[in-house]
Amino acid sequence: MSDPKDNKPVDDVTGVETTGHTWDGIEELNNPLPRWWLWCFYLTIIWGIGYVIAYPAWPMISKATPGLLGYSTRGEVARDIDTFREASAANDAALATSDLATLSQNEDLYRYAVSSGAAVFRNNCSQCHGSGAAGAKGYPNLLDDDWLWGGNHEQIAYTVRHGIRNDADDDAHYSEMPAFGEILEEGDIPVLVEYVRGLAGEEHDATLAASGEELYIDNCSACHGENGMGDRDQGAPNLTDAIWLYGGDRDSLTETITYSRFGVMPPWSPRLSEAQIQAVATYVHQLGGGEVDPAN
Amino acid sequence: MSDTENTPPKKGFLAKHAMIERSATLLMVLSLVVVSIGGIVEIAPLFYLENTIEEVDGMRPYTPLELTGREIYVREGCYVCHSQMIRPMRDEVDRYGHYSLAAESMYDHPHQWGSKRTGPDVARVGGRYSDTWHVDHLMDPQSVVPESIMPKYAFLASTVIDGKYIEDLVKTHRVVGVPYSDEMVENARADFKAQADPDSDYDGLIERYGVTAIISNFDGRPELTEMDALIAYLQMLGTLVDFSTFTPDASR
Repeated sequence: MSDPKDNKPVDDVTGVETTGHTWDGIEELNNPLPRWWLWCFYLTIIWGIGYVIAYPAWPMISKATPGLLGYSTRGEVARDIDTFREASAANDAALATSDLATLSQNEDLYRYAVSSGAAVFRNNCSQCHGSGAAGAKGYPNLLDDDWLWGGNHEQIAYTVRHGIRNDADDDAHYSEMPAFGEILEEGDIPVLVEYVRGLAGEEHDATLAASGEELYIDNCSACHGENGMGDRDQGAPNLTDAIWLYGGDRDSLTETITYSRFGVMPPWSPRLSEAQIQAVATYVHQLGGGEVDPAN
Repeated sequence: MSDTENTPPKKGFLAKHAMIERSATLLMVLSLVVVSIGGIVEIAPLFYLENTIEEVDGMRPYTPLELTGREIYVREGCYVCHSQMIRPMRDEVDRYGHYSLAAESMYDHPHQWGSKRTGPDVARVGGRYSDTWHVDHLMDPQSVVPESIMPKYAFLASTVIDGKYIEDLVKTHRVVGVPYSDEMVENARADFKAQADPDSDYDGLIERYGVTAIISNFDGRPELTEMDALIAYLQMLGTLVDFSTFTPDASR
């Protein structure tokens, strides 16, 4: 290993050439690099040269060298998306135009709608309605059969498409309960709270509730109905079923009547494809609360 | 330490290298030169290559209220758990929307790309949820997403802001290259207040920043709070670029 011609000093004990540096009498052996390491190093250099030829690398005047393989990140993602779109194109096209009321007769397409709808739901809807669709305070539970704007396929799809009380879509469901704190006399609201709790069959003060009937008929019945069954054309909740969107305790009801509520849902037609909307409507419908579609 | 060289190479290339090894200053200067070459080759082309500076329609400087919200976003360290960078991969595009473009963070100083996703990416969160949802979620994230581990930011709703320094903030961003016009700077405080008040005269704001500036009482409270500013910022994220006129340059 040591070359006699370069006159490097050789360590007597090991017989290995030293670097020629001496620190306080300590010398440094000049062992060669392990061969395997050195060859790996040369290979990485060769790999590097190959890489800049094959892939986009050197910046030139207006763009980088494209590389022989013509690779591009954007091209790849576009291809990737196209591949999966093509794979589901037939199903999506069929789903986008099918009548959801009769979709369950087409077993394959129905199964496709439910499972792709589940994916759409988890990604887009679960943040408000919960990953299990049980909702939260202010965000309706989609598992039960209590619907504000209707629960058949077409009504669910409409709500998804246009949303509720948003400015972005002119066809969004829209209604607004007045803030009765500004309308009613002081002392009226606790009476109404008892009356509404009575309607729902919750524990209530019967005397107060009885005196609230006239107030209710005058102020609330136009939307919630004389019997409190609500009105889906206006999104007025049914008050008799003891299902509360913002809570049925006295404090929550007082707040609801005093200040009103204004739940908003964004329109999803700008973000989701028609097939995705149909799919998620089908998914929500089959969660448990879906209602019978009207016969055509 | 003594450095006694027994047999230094006496001529050729290695003799010169021995000279560098013996002078710490020369070694440092030349190391700097070598490292700079690497840096220049990697960074300089980004400033002139046409396909890295992709022009898109719709990007505008942030409105004063959005800018304030952005400061709160940075202050609270939202970037520690949320990225603002949708990578060009199918699953990301399916989940979050169109992959992020360089131009979309052109007015970010500093950018909020982030690298950690404890929570989801928020690059296109704008318009995805209602203002009320954002209020509920920031007040108590678990009330709407029970499985979330995000901390509560309820104090934002009780921190009233008056935009005292908003003009300075806008000016500072102008210094680092955001094209705020004189008019925008002069009206910064008025625009700041107008955006969170649907009953205000906000025509000037729309004229200066365009229709993508959302006017809303974001937090539903009469006062102008940090909650308003943060939600104004979040509702704008990812909504500025007009993708209908965007054709991706495939060679990137």
